Amino acid sequence: MEKFEKLTGIAAPMPLVNIDTDMIIPKQFLKTIKRSGLGVHAFDEMRYLDDGSENPDFVLNKPQYRDAQVIVAGDNFGCGSSREHAPWALADFGIKAVISTSFADIFYNNCFKNGMLPIVMPQEVVDVLMKDADKGSNARMTVDLERQVVTTSDGEEFTFEVDPFRKHCLLEGLDDVGLTMEKVGAIDSFEAEAAQSRPWV
Amino acid sequence: MSGKTLYDKIWDAHVVQRDEDGTCLLYIDRHLVHEVTSPQAFEGLRMTGRTVRAPQRTIAVPDHNVPTTTDRENGIENEESRIQVEALDKNAREFGVNYYPVSDIRQGIVHIVGPEQGWTLPGMTVVCGDSHTATHGAFGALAHGIGTSEVEHVLATQTLIQSKSKNMKVEITGQLRPGVTAKDITLSVIGHTGTGGGTGYVIEYCGEAIRSLSMEGRMTVCNMAIEGGARAGLIAPDETTFEYVKGRPHAPKGAQFEAAMAWWKTLYSDDDAHWDKVVTIRGEDIAPVVTWGTSPEDVLPISSTVPAPEDFTGGKVEAAKRALQYMGLEAGQKLTDIKIDTVFIGSCTNGRIEDLRAAAEILKGKKIKDGMRAMVVPGSGLVRAQAEEEGLAQIFIDAGFEWRMAGCSMCLAMNPDQLSPGERCAATSNRNFEGRQGKGGRTHLMSPAMAAAAAITGHLTDVRELMSEKETA
Repeated sequence: MEKFEKLTGIAAPMPLVNIDTDMIIPKQFLKTIKRSGLGVHAFDEMRYLDDGSENPDFVLNKPQYRDAQVIVAGDNFGCGSSREHAPWALADFGIKAVISTSFADIFYNNCFKNGMLPIVMPQEVVDVLMKDADKGSNARMTVDLERQVVTTSDGEEFTFEVDPFRKHCLLEGLDDVGLTMEKVGAIDSFEAEAAQSRPWV
Repeated sequence: MSGKTLYDKIWDAHVVQRDEDGTCLLYIDRHLVHEVTSPQAFEGLRMTGRTVRAPQRTIAVPDHNVPTTTDRENGIENEESRIQVEALDKNAREFGVNYYPVSDIRQGIVHIVGPEQGWTLPGMTVVCGDSHTATHGAFGALAHGIGTSEVEHVLATQTLIQSKSKNMKVEITGQLRPGVTAKDITLSVIGHTGTGGGTGYVIEYCGEAIRSLSMEGRMTVCNMAIEGGARAGLIAPDETTFEYVKGRPHAPKGAQFEAAMAWWKTLYSDDDAHWDKVVTIRGEDIAPVVTWGTSPEDVLPISSTVPAPEDFTGGKVEAAKRALQYMGLEAGQKLTDIKIDTVFIGSCTNGRIEDLRAAAEILKGKKIKDGMRAMVVPGSGLVRAQAEEEGLAQIFIDAGFEWRMAGCSMCLAMNPDQLSPGERCAATSNRNFEGRQGKGGRTHLMSPAMAAAAAITGHLTDVRELMSEKETA
């Protein structure tokens, strides 16, 4: 997995609440058997008009946000289905961090598996960051995972919380499966014990 | 020290290892797999030379992409869909997991097949790369959706790395009024808490109204825990549960069943358990409801009018404005004045036998409105067969419904069952998101009985009006 340490980049404002995974990547693009190449379809229904051309009003189509690496979003981002295609599409587009007041649990979890950092901040901080993102491409936001700090283009700093294990895995780019395979002894013991105590399972 | 919740008990019974920071390695008893979220996971195994640790605990069934027309044995026309279903077929056979192919009468929606075959049992941990895995919580199993990376993790290790959620109790007291169903309970709870209200929690549904529900109804309630933001919903197992499980193909038999029962009977929340959040709703206060907007929290009793954006606060004002525009509705419009083009009865929320019975009860001897497109998609081949045996299929066909084969179908429109732009659908499924049932499609969520009523009248309808008509006839 790709590491996430620190990035400085453009942040796109998406103040809409409840941006769901069907919006992030509609189902017609879930038919792939690959992880890659979904970026062009991210936010498909908002991003493209019926004739397939770009919707100029959609934030990521505006010249100043085309290279955004951060999304500052409304509450409950990523709600809906468990599709990991959502973070795959965002990552493939170039998004590396999403900031919101809250995330749906499964989406939040999926981000960490793909080198992407979801950041939960209180409403008043998201409001400040949203304003900063509104400034466009001249304003660069910095996300520092090691220090757990988001810095606005004006240099204002806000700290955030992140689970220490997830932080460690992101910083080092560690693959969960590999880590768990090292605990195979504990899994064997658990299975042996469960075979006695709950043999019907 | 306070007692334990049901969630605490199941969690504790499955911890393989606990790290200092509280992160746990949790053992997974059942892993359900479908074609959409698994190909990349199996590919990951191949690339790393890993295998499926416990194929006997893994159950695969294609459901999202499969056509539901009766000629489907001729194959899948859409190339991408076909490739995905073929990939599952190849992976299931190569890795030796339990498998119900499209040609098997037991095939159906993974969350209907699991319980039906007795794979889902009380006290288990159940996961699937699908958010509606919450359904299985109806058995008092800890069941939730996972992403594809986690699917790969479970395939390889039969465990998940998890942090524990908080405990939330949703109590539905008293009894439901006539015409009110499990779907109305679960939608009303979401209307009450919002789609983010359960985020970070596992919900346990309890109270007299929940106890009175059949297993089918309980599955409907738990199914939509995720729409309330909770990864998992739970209902403590009781006689209704044991009765349902008994005799299922993969349920324990004889002495094993007795031993299992002894443990299952300990699976309830202690009186002095700690709850981080409690919501109580009177069963008598729940009305038949429908959704008006593009979020499952946009729920109102059928007797209401479409709200105005200014009725809301914060970010919801803009979201409501957008929803009204997308849905083609005006604030103040009566919900019962909203005309419907299409009716969809099915999905993992409401594709079980009891749902079909409830819809057929309303449709018996009636015809759907002229020009209405209406389809019933049973949740599994066995539900379909049972409905045919009970004469329900004939009621649907006589009323003008299409009688389909099992699958996810128009719930998320990955197969050819889709809405056209602007087409308005009364659906028994679980999500009314923009484009969910087809680009530009407009979805109103409701119970099977309410969907049947809308099919007859051609507009959103209070099913109780048709019921009293029936009673007085």
